[in-house]
Amino acid sequence: MSDVSDFSEPSDAHSFRNTEAADRRLRKRHAAERRFRFYGAAAVSIALLALAALIFDIVGKGHGAFQRHVLTLQIYFDPDVIDPRGDRSSQSLRMGNYTSLVRNSLTEIFSGATGRSDRRSLGSLVSTGAAFQLQDMVMADPSLVGERRLVTVPFADDADMYYKGYIRADTPEVDRRLLDTQIAWLDQLERRGHTHSEFNANFFTSGDSREPELAGILGALTGSILTLCVTLLLSFPLGVASAIYLEEFAPKNRWTDLIEVNINNLAAVPSIVFGLLGLGMFLNVFGFPRSAPLIGGMVLALMTLPTIIIAGRAALKAVPPSIREAAMSMGASPLQVVLQHVLPLAMPGILTGTIIGMAQALGETAPLLMIGMVAFIVDIPSAFTSPATVLPVQIFLWSDSPERAFVEKTSAAIMVLLLFLMAMNLAAVLLRQRFERRW
Amino acid sequence: MSEHIVKSFDEELERLRGAVQEMGGLAAEQLELSLRALLEPDPELAEQVVEADSEIDALEQRISQDAIRLLALRQPMAVDLRQAIAAIKIAFDLERSGDLAKNIALRLPVLKGFANRGTLETVARMGELAGWQLHDVLRAYSGTDPVLAREVWLRDRQIDDLYESNFRVYLTYMMEDPRTISAYTHLHFVAKNIERIGDHSTNIARSVYYLAEGVPLDEPRPKGADAKTAYVDPPAET
Amino acid sequence: MSADTKVEARDVSVYYGKKQALFNVDLDIDSRQVTSLIGPSGCGKSTFLRCVNRMNDTIEGCRVQGKIRLDGEDIHDRTLDPVKLRARVGMVFQKPNPFPKSIYDNVAYGPRLHGLVSRKDETEELVRSSLQRAGLWQEVEDRIHEPGTSLSGGQQQRLCIARAIAVRPEVILMDEPCSALDPIATARIEELIDELRENFTIVIVTHSMQQAARVSQRTAFFHLGILVEEGDTEKIFTSPTDKRTQDYITGRSG
Repeated sequence: MSDVSDFSEPSDAHSFRNTEAADRRLRKRHAAERRFRFYGAAAVSIALLALAALIFDIVGKGHGAFQRHVLTLQIYFDPDVIDPRGDRSSQSLRMGNYTSLVRNSLTEIFSGATGRSDRRSLGSLVSTGAAFQLQDMVMADPSLVGERRLVTVPFADDADMYYKGYIRADTPEVDRRLLDTQIAWLDQLERRGHTHSEFNANFFTSGDSREPELAGILGALTGSILTLCVTLLLSFPLGVASAIYLEEFAPKNRWTDLIEVNINNLAAVPSIVFGLLGLGMFLNVFGFPRSAPLIGGMVLALMTLPTIIIAGRAALKAVPPSIREAAMSMGASPLQVVLQHVLPLAMPGILTGTIIGMAQALGETAPLLMIGMVAFIVDIPSAFTSPATVLPVQIFLWSDSPERAFVEKTSAAIMVLLLFLMAMNLAAVLLRQRFERRW
Repeated sequence: MSEHIVKSFDEELERLRGAVQEMGGLAAEQLELSLRALLEPDPELAEQVVEADSEIDALEQRISQDAIRLLALRQPMAVDLRQAIAAIKIAFDLERSGDLAKNIALRLPVLKGFANRGTLETVARMGELAGWQLHDVLRAYSGTDPVLAREVWLRDRQIDDLYESNFRVYLTYMMEDPRTISAYTHLHFVAKNIERIGDHSTNIARSVYYLAEGVPLDEPRPKGADAKTAYVDPPAET
Repeated sequence: MSADTKVEARDVSVYYGKKQALFNVDLDIDSRQVTSLIGPSGCGKSTFLRCVNRMNDTIEGCRVQGKIRLDGEDIHDRTLDPVKLRARVGMVFQKPNPFPKSIYDNVAYGPRLHGLVSRKDETEELVRSSLQRAGLWQEVEDRIHEPGTSLSGGQQQRLCIARAIAVRPEVILMDEPCSALDPIATARIEELIDELRENFTIVIVTHSMQQAARVSQRTAFFHLGILVEEGDTEKIFTSPTDKRTQDYITGRSG
């Protein structure tokens, strides 16, 4: 016991292993391990809880946006109102006052509302989109003029909010956006069965709008898809090629070291700087169009490139050298070694890196603000150069809007963004599984 | 020779060498004692020699077993391999030598009353020579000395020559007096045994030489007179 | 250089950066024989092996001096492309390294690469005969399209040998081909090496002296980058001339 360095006496060793102190040490070790496990589990639980809270909050706020309330009205397509020239020509029909059709129909229900202001507040219950809807119907089928039809039109956002319970009748009139009379009408409409709620397909089929009940996500979604296409098409080949060159072919000298350091630094550059670069280079110097997915994609590609290069290099480095040696010893040229053996094995890793980069790009707003993709754009972009916005910018815009109805739109848009992200990840997982092989 | 990394390997090899040396000492002693018993004559000593042979046999058994174990477990290479093989071969030769010494001792009852002191002493001198050979070859073994081994190998010729001349003498005596045929035949066997022990020493010398040098000792050896062709004309009938 | 010298190394020195790994090695490797290179770790035996098919070229900072001739032709000659050289000098590695492809594609890779086969039936025939030569055919016949990595270690190594011999090389270099295998698989490989000796010149690096003794006809002992002794395997293992060889093969610390 006195001489620790003496290994010759096993009975000695036996004795110092069985002392009280040794037992205490052992107990302490086990306790430390248990504590550590507990901390780990706690950390994971906290993260999960936060995630669950986030999702609960978003879904709770946003699920309403997928429903909307509509009003079924008996519309009389009054020739006097919608066909001022009386010749049923499209020019004439386009000049018609379709808003009046709705108001007339409403006043038919509520015969008491005859005053100007009553008529206006009654009419404002229905979305301004209703007039466009009726016009479209008539333009498509002029024979409707003079007929009576049951037409379903959306409510305005405030009415919708009332039905969804966000505007309450028991708050003082001055504090809410609906007048007492309007609330009375809405209640009546509901009682008489003129209203029902339906799936809000409009949210997925239309672009942005000033009117919350008409605003949809499609424009931003399309913009995001177009932008990401450009990003992927630019950054993936460039990134993979750079990674392959740097990892497999470039001589190891001070230049390549410098390049490596710079690529690593680039990955950490704030994204807004890339936006400024895009603004300065692409818009001001080359004169590319503003707000275009093409430019957005180019800027995001610049931002994604370092991520892909770094992930790609790591993946290439992780391919066992034995495979390289095997291919080389069979007489494969360096390029064949890389393309036929190393790259396929590195693909899963490269794809992971790419997806991380793309997910980052998908959620990026700051650089796009700089190149004008923050504009209010109603049309759904149809080309890489047409003005567009992207999902996160759309979310930002909506969250900034004062109307109560945009709150649920914002959350709904976040849900769409998350779903898009999940779809991308799923695609990546599927691709990875295709490439993944044991070695 | 530097030491093995595995110490127990060195110990095993050393034990093997020690056993061979011990066995060599025993065999040489057996030869010496059997010759003394013959000269005295001392039947008790002869008895001792006969009994001691089993000790040599047992040693031979042990050496070959140890060597086989060494081969199987250590897979020795180069000099270690030669060491193990040499031990087996030398042990075999020593065991044969021991047997031959015992054989000499066994002939004592027949030769006890043997009259011709001179021939007996010549045989003993031959035996002494064989004993030196054995001693030298064992020295060569313990010192792994190829030069000495080669000397022993060359010197065997002297024993062969002596044996050959003795043989002629015996033939002559036997022809002169047929009553001595029995005794001389036995004496001849004794001489033959001694000559065989000399041959085993040369075998050992070859083993030692190969052990030391790694190449077999295969230069042509100068051959002495050959007893196989010794022939003496019978005296004319009178 | 004698008539049946296949590979002739003269004054070969190898440097890794500033460190010299091999010092002026002169070694003749006979045709259709197995030559084993033995020696302690880091003695330069693998380095020498990798000079013969110029695998050292791929290592950054590695410099080879001296001449290595294959059938009298300098392998460092500008006119000889390393790709062509490697078709003539195949290699089998320490760790079995089949490509993560099917067994069939593993074997067919080299012949396709070097244009040895053009039609499908030719490829199939070559794959079959190569696997047969490697003694693997019977074991994999009915799962030839399964991944090569699904085989056992010994089978994988034989697959690598089949892959190497499929391009009909003249020399096969083996870098400790059995060090990752169990004794039975090792015995199979050794038996295979003995059979292949009829048609190929084989150079094998091994840490197992017993293996060198079993499979090779010639043995070269390397120590600290120097070729210490070279000769008939029997001679090296029964009575080596050099003390360093003796110490190494008998397990002495020297």
